[in-house]
Amino acid sequence: MTTPPVPAGRKVAEALAPLQISGEHHLCPGCGHPVAWRLMLEAISDLDLQRRAIGVVGHGCYTNIVSLADIDFLQCLHGRAPAVATGIKRVRPGAAVFTIQGDGDVASEGLAEVLHAAARGERITTIMLNNGVFGDTGGQMTAASVLGQRTKTSLDGRDPGDHGYPVPVAELVAALPGAVYVARGAVNNAGSIAKTKRYIKRAFELSAAGEGFTFVEVLTMCPTGWFLPTLEGPGYIEDTFEKTFPIGALKGS
Amino acid sequence: MAGCRFFAGYPMLPFTELLEALARRMPSAGGVCMNAESEIEAVNMALGAGAAGARSATGSCGQGIALMQEAIAEAALNEVPFVVFNMARGQQDYFQATRGGGWGDYRTLCLAPKDVAEAVEHTQLLFHLADLYRAPVTMYGDYLISHTYMSVDVEPLSLGALPPKDWALDGSLGGTGRSRQIWTWAMGKADNPGPGPDLHWQHIATKFEEMARAEQRSESFSCEDADTVIVSFGTAAPFVEQVVGELRDKGTRVGCFRPITLWPFPESALAEAARNASRVLVFEVNAGQMIDDVRLSIGGRIPVVPVGRVSIDFSGMRQGEILSVGWIRDRVTDLIAQGALT
Amino acid sequence: MSETVVSRGTVTIDTERCKGCELCITACRPGVLSMSEAGNATGYRFPLLSPGCTACRACRDVCPDYCFEVFRFDTPVSE
Repeated sequence: MTTPPVPAGRKVAEALAPLQISGEHHLCPGCGHPVAWRLMLEAISDLDLQRRAIGVVGHGCYTNIVSLADIDFLQCLHGRAPAVATGIKRVRPGAAVFTIQGDGDVASEGLAEVLHAAARGERITTIMLNNGVFGDTGGQMTAASVLGQRTKTSLDGRDPGDHGYPVPVAELVAALPGAVYVARGAVNNAGSIAKTKRYIKRAFELSAAGEGFTFVEVLTMCPTGWFLPTLEGPGYIEDTFEKTFPIGALKGS
Repeated sequence: MAGCRFFAGYPMLPFTELLEALARRMPSAGGVCMNAESEIEAVNMALGAGAAGARSATGSCGQGIALMQEAIAEAALNEVPFVVFNMARGQQDYFQATRGGGWGDYRTLCLAPKDVAEAVEHTQLLFHLADLYRAPVTMYGDYLISHTYMSVDVEPLSLGALPPKDWALDGSLGGTGRSRQIWTWAMGKADNPGPGPDLHWQHIATKFEEMARAEQRSESFSCEDADTVIVSFGTAAPFVEQVVGELRDKGTRVGCFRPITLWPFPESALAEAARNASRVLVFEVNAGQMIDDVRLSIGGRIPVVPVGRVSIDFSGMRQGEILSVGWIRDRVTDLIAQGALT
Repeated sequence: MSETVVSRGTVTIDTERCKGCELCITACRPGVLSMSEAGNATGYRFPLLSPGCTACRACRDVCPDYCFEVFRFDTPVSE
């Protein structure tokens, strides 16, 4: 650890997020998920929800947060987190219940679950980390992979004739009256990171207050799954993903 | 009465009546009944409610139970209790109920009541056993149970003390260093690692071995001097009991044996009941499923012969024509008259 | 002869946890981070800080490996 001498001053940013036990993880260099983890934990801490928070985490590289964060977690079946979270919230209405899932988990396996939870207006928050691949299994195409995206199962690029079109989950959720706040953010630069933190915090605030279902899709880098050097990850989000999945608040404020 | 406060289900005959009844009753009991959008969602909701510490249940019939297999296995492996009410369309789901179609080394305790009165007792027992072992457990009911009205003596059973649910997720320990985790892989936290999948799944296997030893249930009638023992389960059993009564009145040395737990199958009790017999007959309304467990129990000592067959009524929802005292009696009489059987 | 530069803050860097992704280099607004020649114990090159830090926290914000703590000086320092 390099520790330069520090003239009089104060610390303005910690390395670890609040509630984070360790920064050691084996996710790839340049992965966007750990940045999203930090934003979620900051939001929970800022809103003072840590003594109410119960997270339901699907299957993906992001699952590791279950070991890295000091809040109650259930790791559940692929795609099913919104249903599991529904069961938890219905019997513990005072808990701040949320799900963390990838695009494979939500757009592919669990599209029914998230839409039904949103339609029912369950007072939970779903955070969908969207990097357009099944990263944990090596980088296959998901229902949210964008046109032209090369993946292990679309090596020549996603083609609408063969593979159809990507599913815009945030837009689908926003169409349902039970969803009261829907936003899409990204973690590819400091400006987007700051915006995304606000989206996530607002989403947690509203579901914890019992207003309804809230959803934040977060575009994250997966340079490994995208066959790119780490430095090109942020640009790929800006040049490619954001063209299909525009960032911003889609519904509510 | 068993304290169930969360129920989720998807309509499917002959389970639908159970869902409708709970939709009426749950709110006044301070509970929640969800008409889920699929069986997969229903069982995962029940899992979530159970993980949060509530007494939780779901149900369906065979085809819907098939959709629930992954979540039942998941709950067996991450130790979340809930009850699954299989109101089967007859007896053809015995394999599904006892072998399970989920993943991993798990077993599912299954109680098969013979009538509505026993189903009421079993309901209380199932919630108790689910909490005692921290596992999903099932009832093998059927069309007859869900569609028969019967006067029952509804007494709360005294079933013994249960450990506190200090493992249940409620959020309250967040930030204290002692937050909770429910995970089939039991990885624990970075500063407090868990056993991991190998040790955790060995623990689960050991737990099911203990359950297998401790929770076998059965009943038998007039087997002590029986030359023929007839084995049946669930709602078929009262018909077989009636046949045994009639044949005994005519001097035929028959007895009947009924596993109450389909898993763990009461192997030693059956072996004991048949110890003086020269043959075992198995009456089940299917192509032969429980007979596998009967053969394992008898161990090849004497012939084990199927009496039933596939038999479904015209609607496909319930047992068909062979579920009749006359049919069973005639078939049993013929088999006994044929003498030595292989 | 190098010019003196004003630093409004500084960072500590966990160079052993770094996986060499270089996202901090791009994110740093005053451009005072550059990658080392040497590798850490895992073999990754890691960022080194030059004078001129403004304590903007962008490096900490983008880092996937939680390597940065950020400090702001009470009084800017010439380095």
